[in-house]
Amino acid sequence: MAAERTIDLRVRRQDGPDASPYWQRFRIPWAPQHNVVSALLEIRRRPVTTAGERVPAPVWEASCLEEVCGSCAMLVNGTPRMACMALCDRLAQPIVLEPLQKFPVVRDLIVDRSRMFEALKRIKGWIPIDGTYDLGPGPKIAPDRQALMYGLDRCITCGCCLEVCPQVHREGGFIGAAAISQALLFNLHPTGEMHKEERLDVLMGPGGIADCGNAQNCVEVCPKSIPLTFAIGEIGRQTTLKWIKDIFRR
Amino acid sequence: MPSPRTIVVGGGLAGLMTTIRIAEAGLPVDLFSIVPVKRSHSVCAQGGINAAVNWKGEGDSPWRHFDDTIYGGDFLANQPPVLRMCEAGPGIIFLLDRMGVTFNRTDEGLLDFRRFGGTLHHRTAFAGATTGQQLVYALDEQVRRHEAAGLVTKHEGWEFCSLVVDESGHCQGITALDLRAMVVRAFPSAAVLLATGGPGIVFGKSTNSLVNTGSAAAAAYQQGVHYANGEFIQVHPTAIPGPDKLRLVSESIRGEGGRLWVPHDGRPWYFLEEWYPAYGNLVPRDIATRAIFKVVFELGLGVGGEPMVYLDVSHLDPVMLERKCGGVLEIYEKFVGEDPTKVPMKIFPGMHYSMGGLWVDYDHMTNVPGLFAAGEVDYQYHGANRLGANSLLSCLYSGKVAGPAMVAYARGQTAAPANGIFEHETKRQEDVYARIMRLEGPENAYALAREMGEWMTANVTVIRQNRKLRETDDKLLELKDRFGRIGLSDRGRWANQEVAFVRQLWNMLELARVITLGAFRRDESRGAHYKPEFPNRDDARWLRTTKARWTSDGPLFSDEPVDVSLIAPRPRKYDVATEVSGGR
Repeated sequence: MAAERTIDLRVRRQDGPDASPYWQRFRIPWAPQHNVVSALLEIRRRPVTTAGERVPAPVWEASCLEEVCGSCAMLVNGTPRMACMALCDRLAQPIVLEPLQKFPVVRDLIVDRSRMFEALKRIKGWIPIDGTYDLGPGPKIAPDRQALMYGLDRCITCGCCLEVCPQVHREGGFIGAAAISQALLFNLHPTGEMHKEERLDVLMGPGGIADCGNAQNCVEVCPKSIPLTFAIGEIGRQTTLKWIKDIFRR
Repeated sequence: MPSPRTIVVGGGLAGLMTTIRIAEAGLPVDLFSIVPVKRSHSVCAQGGINAAVNWKGEGDSPWRHFDDTIYGGDFLANQPPVLRMCEAGPGIIFLLDRMGVTFNRTDEGLLDFRRFGGTLHHRTAFAGATTGQQLVYALDEQVRRHEAAGLVTKHEGWEFCSLVVDESGHCQGITALDLRAMVVRAFPSAAVLLATGGPGIVFGKSTNSLVNTGSAAAAAYQQGVHYANGEFIQVHPTAIPGPDKLRLVSESIRGEGGRLWVPHDGRPWYFLEEWYPAYGNLVPRDIATRAIFKVVFELGLGVGGEPMVYLDVSHLDPVMLERKCGGVLEIYEKFVGEDPTKVPMKIFPGMHYSMGGLWVDYDHMTNVPGLFAAGEVDYQYHGANRLGANSLLSCLYSGKVAGPAMVAYARGQTAAPANGIFEHETKRQEDVYARIMRLEGPENAYALAREMGEWMTANVTVIRQNRKLRETDDKLLELKDRFGRIGLSDRGRWANQEVAFVRQLWNMLELARVITLGAFRRDESRGAHYKPEFPNRDDARWLRTTKARWTSDGPLFSDEPVDVSLIAPRPRKYDVATEVSGGR
């Protein structure tokens, strides 16, 4: 009799921010189209390790399951990616799951990515509208520019680009490609452009654009194919121009 | 006198819009969300947002939009607020445009509009096929601006537990659970908004996100808030079946020319185009879903004998598709492993949206003074069936109304809430938490939830039979009984997801009964609610809004008349173009 087909997973666990990590193995029955999140959902329904021990089900973050909410980024067989789109049949087994390493671990596969949202605050990532009352249509935008902006606007703040960046560390350091690409997004908008110097000021400061080491790992790993190195190049150009302009202003 | 505080629960589009409107009026807002608000379920909306700007010169108008919406909803929505929403549509699109939403553009640099279901006009503005994501981001950015200015305080990673209601029945705040430290706290507030979205997880697998349990609405319902039209559940015709969820394939795919077909006598049979020549592939969702059920289950023509039909875009220009539908096709390709521009997609209907929700008045206040509701969690705009691309509009419009209404209400509250009510409610929720922590038995909460979802999907979605509805309610009672025999795998006091889920599961079971028994009670067919035993719409008896009130013996139902003062109800059919009622 052929052995029943299964999916084997090794999960790195950690009970809390200061606890020591440990590993557990799980085995679930194979089914077509399983992805890493659906496998974790299956474990939750029967949280028993391969050694037969009943354990607290591993915890992780996930929500939309279609790669648009940005929640479920983790290391899958060592690569940072969205777990919901990691199809088990295309992965070597046992499938090894670990939390992202560049962010503080909350518990098991959950990490704290609040620094990414703080970075969006720092770069003033918004269009400063006067109010929500009726002020007529917005500015016209050429279709080509819209296409470029749309590509940048698809960033799901998952953290994969920070995870693979040699310049990003758990404690501060480089602001990372995601926030820089967002600064470009707002600088490309006709209203946002009016305030682009405020954003460039931030990116010319500590942890800003100068800290990029040009490793180009970010663009390779981005699940939404955002042109991150192009964005860094463009912001680099804009900061250089501003730097020259600032000299003459003194 | 210091400014009164306000609370918004839920950081999707409705919650964010309300937050912006309150902050703009100068009042501080405490914004609660289970997830970072940028990850809210609104990001899953794909195809676009409706507004009748008539930029394609088709003679479109807000009145036509209103008529399409009322007709599409089979006349169950109260008409005055729907008209106001449609009139506000163009202004809302312009506001989003000014916020920097990366809407697709025409060659002139203007906003582009496409077609959607249930209308013959190009009325839907869109940002690729990820419009919800782009809208959430634009509003999230505006909220971040108010946050940086100190007016908005975000409580991300907190889950709503209950309302704090005083002796006179007024809402004075909420209790919430910190999902990391697992501590319950009370938050006083002069006005509270629930903008907590729909209940997809009640059906197990749906197009919804894992956070869409409907738990917050169900908790409010158990504290006396009325739940209206719960039986009206939208099943989207085109989703990708999966082991964990049913991934949505946007209606915009058909708006841009995609066609539904099955092989029949060796040739493609475009069944919607044959049955509904006027609207073709763009009939409303309830109609398309029932057609697919007929093709698959009655005629036995599912692709390869399976419950699936083709959604075909392989005849369309791939460059156009990339620009207008890229995000959706990419999900299909990544998940299924086939390129939809070359091979027709295989799809099947999936539970998608709740037209019903918390009962609100035209200012979005519930029957509990001081408690407001907006977005999918309210019941106001979609009647018996929602038209595609109207959900983003109703989220934003309801937030636009609720914000100022909350400000006015909060400013009118002068008396301080009675002593002890916050401590009392906190204690009550801590006791619930402690009881869950003590649960010890053979049942697994997630497995119980799966059973609930399977029963609800099988019996309370597309085709409803009274015998099956009765059996489903019996099953729900059985599950409530087994709930007491759940055994926790996790008794930790840090980031314990299982405890939070067990609490949600109870609330889901309560809500599932409202949906099931509401469907049982309504002996007619209207919009998404279809009973073969009662195949016709019965306006004489059932042109009424269902209202459910919680009792310890189960939901107590009543109904109230629908305001049809603007358009007289007429028969609904999509094989011919509808005659728009007079109007303006």
